[in-house]
Amino acid sequence: MLELPDEPALIPYFTAGYPSVESVPRAIEAFEAGGADVIEVGLPFSEPIADGPTIQNAVTRALENGMSPDVYFEKVGEADVDVPLVCMTYYNLIMQRGVEEFVRDCKNVGIEGIIVPDLPVDESDALHAACEKHGVSLIFIVAPTTTDERLERIMERVSGFVYVQARLGTTGAREDVSGATYDVLERLHGYDVPKAVGFGVSEREHAREIIRGGADGVVAGSVFVERMEDGVEGIEEKTRELKQGALKGVEEAE
Amino acid sequence: MSKGKFGEYGGQYVPEAIMPAIEELEEAYENYLNDDGFLDELDNALAEFGGRPTPLYHAPRLSERYGGTVYLKREDLLHGGAHKLNNALGQVLLAKKMGKDRIIAETGAGQHGTATAMASAALDMDCEIYMGAKDIERQRPNVFRMRLMGATVTPVETGTGTLKDAINETMRDWATNVEDTHYVIGSIVGPHPFPAMVRDFQSVIGREIREQALEAEGRLPDGIVACAGGGSNTMGAFYDFLDDEEVGLYAVEAGGSSLEVNEDRAPNSASLNIGDDGVLHGARTKLLQDDEGQILESHSLSAGLDYSGVGPELAALVEKGRVEPRTANDDEAMEAFRKLSEDEGIIPALETSHALALLEKEDVGDFVVVNLSGRGDKDLDTAMDELDMRQEGA
Repeated sequence: MLELPDEPALIPYFTAGYPSVESVPRAIEAFEAGGADVIEVGLPFSEPIADGPTIQNAVTRALENGMSPDVYFEKVGEADVDVPLVCMTYYNLIMQRGVEEFVRDCKNVGIEGIIVPDLPVDESDALHAACEKHGVSLIFIVAPTTTDERLERIMERVSGFVYVQARLGTTGAREDVSGATYDVLERLHGYDVPKAVGFGVSEREHAREIIRGGADGVVAGSVFVERMEDGVEGIEEKTRELKQGALKGVEEAE
Repeated sequence: MSKGKFGEYGGQYVPEAIMPAIEELEEAYENYLNDDGFLDELDNALAEFGGRPTPLYHAPRLSERYGGTVYLKREDLLHGGAHKLNNALGQVLLAKKMGKDRIIAETGAGQHGTATAMASAALDMDCEIYMGAKDIERQRPNVFRMRLMGATVTPVETGTGTLKDAINETMRDWATNVEDTHYVIGSIVGPHPFPAMVRDFQSVIGREIREQALEAEGRLPDGIVACAGGGSNTMGAFYDFLDDEEVGLYAVEAGGSSLEVNEDRAPNSASLNIGDDGVLHGARTKLLQDDEGQILESHSLSAGLDYSGVGPELAALVEKGRVEPRTANDDEAMEAFRKLSEDEGIIPALETSHALALLEKEDVGDFVVVNLSGRGDKDLDTAMDELDMRQEGA
């Protein structure tokens, strides 16, 4: 099962297969070198309804490059890292592989958590059962619109961390931290599950503010995907920058 | 915990951000569906603004040609030229009652977008329509109609720029503006309660067919034939007859150029006939997909049938054996398009032409009703090209 560190966690995301299939293990290693605590590796699906233009484009390119679930597990397995990995993908790919087999394949390559943006808690029985059986965390997203009643049901089933969606809309780098972030964090205050905030995070300052606001981790995706256009070199430095922001935030919170 | 299932199919596979809106919609829909005031208001609008009831027309030449009695349910005469207004008017009225002030919708052929733009103009709501760039190209008259009626038409360039991509983009808009916006889904697809709600709004077609058939022939039809893309005119025509086992129900999908599917694309839109179970756009249903679960691009010369999925209720009815899935290919549809125009003086939509083409291929009974879901004026450009091409080829 997935565990976040005691210090504020930086959780980068990237789309496997973009800019190339071969770059997957190197990208994972570069994130670890930059100080990432958990790495989310996106498995591209042809209909990414929760994603903004940056990730949509990366997904299209990754599929053109020949990324597939088989290649994904092979390439992720080649990465030589100690930090835990999380798989982010859409439900149809899990269903077609077979829920049980998908989770087992995750476990076999060091993936300790799964996030499925089009699988609300209401439809998660089968995946939840398979995750429990294989000791993989099932991470759910909580949105600014999530009602109290839904929040309770999500928090009963979530493990590893809860992904706090900082704003309505799709993924993508933004200029500022949304006010909705603090409202959601406030509502989650009583739950004993680590909270990681994502959607729109791109700057050191964002990471600092989010951690100072009470989050345990920061998720950033599109900002890395943008940087990977020219290869994986640019991401290690950006990881370090965001991680420093997160660490600064915790000093100020204390 | 899962809701809105038709056997194995249906459900609510959507991002958490829009789940609360879906729950709110579900509640409003259940309330208003049992509210005589709302239903009266809708019936009145469908009559006064839409022109319901639409005729059940005895087609003399078709009857002669096929040696039985063929009737056409004239949804092409509904305001806007297709059955789409039944649903659009229902949903926009519901959204208004719910206090939403913005309407968004996807459209393929442009018929649903046009109906939604009409309903929004009539009920004074802001309206934005997402349409695939490729579809905008092949359905220009409808794009102009939508803009004339005050709607913003936003091209979707992602994917191959067709209906599937337009749905993706509309869902993204909804996930962003969910608090003041209602998404008017145009077919019996998407997460619960959309498949059931759209079906209910469209089921007026079948209720009228029953009444009109009894009046005209003193009995129920032997067969009802409708084309199926997402399946809203199909379910609308069939729903009232599900318990009448003696009435055969035929859903005709676009066979495109071939039923062969390879890794990259499906040259057809026949998900009921050849699709596998999967999850797309909020529901578990039958899909055109590859072995891994990536969605395949579909094809049909009719934009309104060009979709990789199909309504979950229709998938369940096919699985149960109640609805018979069939296909008509591009050539057969073009031939039926030409024939109905020439024989009966009615130019059908290319979508509808697929349903008409079944009569040429199969005997579906002595007394047949074809749901004439839309008129073909929007398709004249495509039809001219296709007919020219076929003549040159011959």
